[in-house]
Amino acid sequence: MSEFSLWDIAYNLLLAARWTVLLSLTAFVLGGLVGLLLLMVRTAGNPWVIRLVRGYVELFQGTPLLMQLFIVFFGLPLIGLDVSPWVAATLGLTLFTSAFLTEIWRGCVESIGKGQWEASASLGMNFTQQMRYIVLPQALRIAVPPTVGFSVQVVKGTAVASIIGFVELTKAGTMITNATYEPFTVYGCVAVMYFLICYPLSLFARHLEGKFRHVAR
Amino acid sequence: MAYKFDFGAIVPHWQLLFDGVILTTELTVIGAVVGVGLGIMGAWARASRAPVISQIVGVYVELIRNTPFLVQLFFIFFGLPALGVKLTEFQAAVLAMIVNLGAYSTEIIRAGILAIPQGQIEAAQSLAMNRVQIFRYVVILPALKKIWPALSSQIVIVMLGSSVCSQIAAEELTFGANYIQALNFRAFEVYFVVTGLYLVMSILLRMGLKVLGNFLFERRRHV
Amino acid sequence: MSLVELHAIHKSFGELEVLKGIDLSIDEGQVIALIGKSGSGKSTLLRTINGLEVIDDGVIIVDGKKISDRDADLLGLRLQVGMVFQQFNLFPHYTALENVMLSPQVVKKQSKAEAKQIAEEMLAKVGLADKMMHYPDQLSGGQQQRVAIARALAMKPKVLLCDEVTSALDPELVNEVLAVVRQLAEEGMTLVMVTHEMRFAREVCDKLVFMHQGRIHETGDPEEVFSNPKTPELSSFVGGLA
Ligand SMILES: Nc1ncnc2c1ncn2[C@@H]1O[C@H](COP(=O)(O)OP(=O)(O)OP(=O)(O)O)[C@@H](O)[C@H]1O
Ligand SMILES: [Mg+2]
Repeated sequence: MSEFSLWDIAYNLLLAARWTVLLSLTAFVLGGLVGLLLLMVRTAGNPWVIRLVRGYVELFQGTPLLMQLFIVFFGLPLIGLDVSPWVAATLGLTLFTSAFLTEIWRGCVESIGKGQWEASASLGMNFTQQMRYIVLPQALRIAVPPTVGFSVQVVKGTAVASIIGFVELTKAGTMITNATYEPFTVYGCVAVMYFLICYPLSLFARHLEGKFRHVAR
Repeated sequence: MAYKFDFGAIVPHWQLLFDGVILTTELTVIGAVVGVGLGIMGAWARASRAPVISQIVGVYVELIRNTPFLVQLFFIFFGLPALGVKLTEFQAAVLAMIVNLGAYSTEIIRAGILAIPQGQIEAAQSLAMNRVQIFRYVVILPALKKIWPALSSQIVIVMLGSSVCSQIAAEELTFGANYIQALNFRAFEVYFVVTGLYLVMSILLRMGLKVLGNFLFERRRHV
Repeated sequence: MSLVELHAIHKSFGELEVLKGIDLSIDEGQVIALIGKSGSGKSTLLRTINGLEVIDDGVIIVDGKKISDRDADLLGLRLQVGMVFQQFNLFPHYTALENVMLSPQVVKKQSKAEAKQIAEEMLAKVGLADKMMHYPDQLSGGQQQRVAIARALAMKPKVLLCDEVTSALDPELVNEVLAVVRQLAEEGMTLVMVTHEMRFAREVCDKLVFMHQGRIHETGDPEEVFSNPKTPELSSFVGGLA
């Protein structure tokens, strides 16, 4: 029926999985940076900026990732920027990631009690010092587990990039299926590979959660 | 040179978008109701003392949570026929959403159950209730109430995620958009408008779930 | 001239007017007890003196300098005025020693050695020389509160504000904290304390301020005020406690 062995399928998928990993890493790092920036301007507290950031978050959390990618992919050419699926996917996923991370981190910063802000203020610290010495060190600890947890969502999100034509794991699966007519095997393998990437991240996030829950400081 | 936006080009095709909204809504409602039902059973199984069942459900949850919805959808629609299970596009989309939400809501509801104070359960035990009665009367409603916001968010995520069902030609909203842009070559305008529609739908869904939550959990207290 | 002067302080939270024109002067070395019913505005008053609440109207003068709500002024104010909270508010990610050292280092830019020396001195003063390397969650409530006092003292404030510093403590831990406060009072520290420990107020304080519905209702020498309240509100407040 087909001249593809299971090994051929797995090998070709593995090659494509590199792009999944690369796209995930890029979007996660860039999205994290943008998210941190948004967190800072938001915590410093100009009401207009706060509203703007909130709108940004709601926009990305209230619309499908696929639409976000489509808008980037079809929108950028309209302002004269011809972009490859790779650039569109990176940009789209970066924005998506930044919105979610900034929201996660906002929760962490807000979970630092008012008392900590007041005590540090009463000791004469300014906003930057409060952030640097009191709030961020504590918020970071709380933030690590959900941040690692969210990385799983980013990896899974990259599958959607296949729809705008970026050849990663899922797209490769479709292409191989078209060549082999063995969708069960191929998509099974694709799923296993995603699982192999995501499950360790999930486990790590859970491990961190347990660890930080027991240590208050 | 400068691109001229033409949102009017969508108007003649509004019926397609309308049908898409309807189908997305149907998918979401069925997926949510059955998916949460599955989640309640899953959470029950996870909390049960039969380790094998608990572990099987655990594997299901981890498998689903650690693979993309799109791949689950492809597996169900393209892969399952190899086992003799042939589904229509709609059936496959609904099944994928149910299976996906079922896994997430199992975890969410389980967290709610674990948050029920042990004293509640002991009190019920002391009143000679059996395990099913305790679950049914003492545990599940407060547990659901506690995690309702998280569950609502997950349902919204599943609704938004259904946009990839266009890839198996399930005729939901994104499918409609794809179809229109193939007719009028106005991809950006179409997706822009459809994004807006999704935003409105997610806001409405969120509000609806909130109202439903109030209804389920506040009124019950007087029964 | 007094160390701290408050003139016609007004403060509202939305519709609710919490401070309705407060005049109060605090002299150097004075120990003032602020008493009154729950919700009468004691905490709010204390917090305005430290700039934690921005006042709507009125004047605050500390050491001859008028305080506006500009950031620079607020930071200057807080260098003069220390605060100890009901809930301790220690920084959980620092040891007792680091809690005390932090602000001298980052705010006053003292060298590490200098900050450490002061911190050790202050921790010894509150009787915690042997707990310096402990994290807050390894300390009892009373010990935590004493660290908080040491932390405020390390900034060498001119005035120390204490808001119900023993209210969150188990009864058997109250005395170790009060002993520290008493010692500070004896050393001549200027103190303003909100307290429900009437016996302590009577013994240690020079001046009693009774707040009622956002105003200073009665004030005077503790001994006299307690034995001979002039207003029915104060006598019912004092009577209610007995
Ligand atoms: N941040 C705030 N926002 C709104 N209302 C507040 C705020 N802080 C205090 N209040 C209100 O102001 C009033 C005075 O509060 P305050 O804390 O000063 O009272 P208190 O005399 O310290 O009472 P207690 O003995 O209970 O500590 C109360 O009615 C309180 O509810
Ligand atoms: Mg108070």
